[in-house]
Amino acid sequence: MKYIYELHKTMLARNLILVYEGEFTQEITKSVLAMAERNMDSMGEESGIKRKVFNVMVECLQNIVKHSEDLNKQMVQKSTAIFMIGKQDNAYIITSGNPIKNEDVEHLKGKLDQINGLDKEGLKQLYKDIIKSTSLSEKGGAGLGFVDMARKSGSPLEYDFEKLDDQYSFFSLRTKIAKE
Amino acid sequence: MQIINLEGTEDTPKIILDKSNGIFEISGRSLPEDSAEFYQPVLDWLDDYKSSPNPSTEFVFKLEYFNTASSKLILDLLSQLEEVGGVTVHWYYHEDDEDMQEAGEEFSELVEVPFEFSTY
Repeated sequence: MKYIYELHKTMLARNLILVYEGEFTQEITKSVLAMAERNMDSMGEESGIKRKVFNVMVECLQNIVKHSEDLNKQMVQKSTAIFMIGKQDNAYIITSGNPIKNEDVEHLKGKLDQINGLDKEGLKQLYKDIIKSTSLSEKGGAGLGFVDMARKSGSPLEYDFEKLDDQYSFFSLRTKIAKE
Repeated sequence: MQIINLEGTEDTPKIILDKSNGIFEISGRSLPEDSAEFYQPVLDWLDDYKSSPNPSTEFVFKLEYFNTASSKLILDLLSQLEEVGGVTVHWYYHEDDEDMQEAGEEFSELVEVPFEFSTY
């Protein structure tokens, strides 16, 4: 039973206010959002930062949902992912981790590096370019979500890829939302 | 014309499209699982409406939040409105919500439709 206490200590040490590990669906997304909102409300969080955190959470969670639907069709075992929110004195940290195919790593890395290389105006322009050129059939894809997360965060999107086997890698993403 | 009247939910907006009473409004939160599917009836409705619109159309957006997938559909919807004569988009945002204000300004730069901005 000691692991319960260990997990509890880890969560406290890292200031994690919410951790979810498992399958991701729209229903789970709604539940996680509702819990995080209630948490921020009970702490009397300011509405501006609450909106930004909500915004980044939605894009992050829906990215995982959309991606795991594609992945589950191919994988023998259902893939699970992790989502966490941490609260520090001056910032919220939204972290996620999910398996992706090795062949997608380079493309994803390129997209994130492109986004991280842009300033506020550059991100705004990229957002407009993508929204104008993306067709309806590409349901919510095309990386608009990452651009939006970077815009709302105002900091670079931190990421990492950990190779799992010859087919999959674990993609970690960390978005920081600083309080004014 | 048929009236579209959808109650808002925690992940879909409230939508009223009522030609005879001149009410055109989308409000609340928009983060549906499949935004293309959700907005298709609205796009179809506007496709019909633009062939015989009212002399003036005051289209109200009063969104609290929308995700990026919805933003593409909102742009499609605004593009339909470009073909409606006498249309004005009324973009409402909460007075301390700069992001929603900016989102409206960006849409207004992407389409040829007059926008009016108001806070609530």
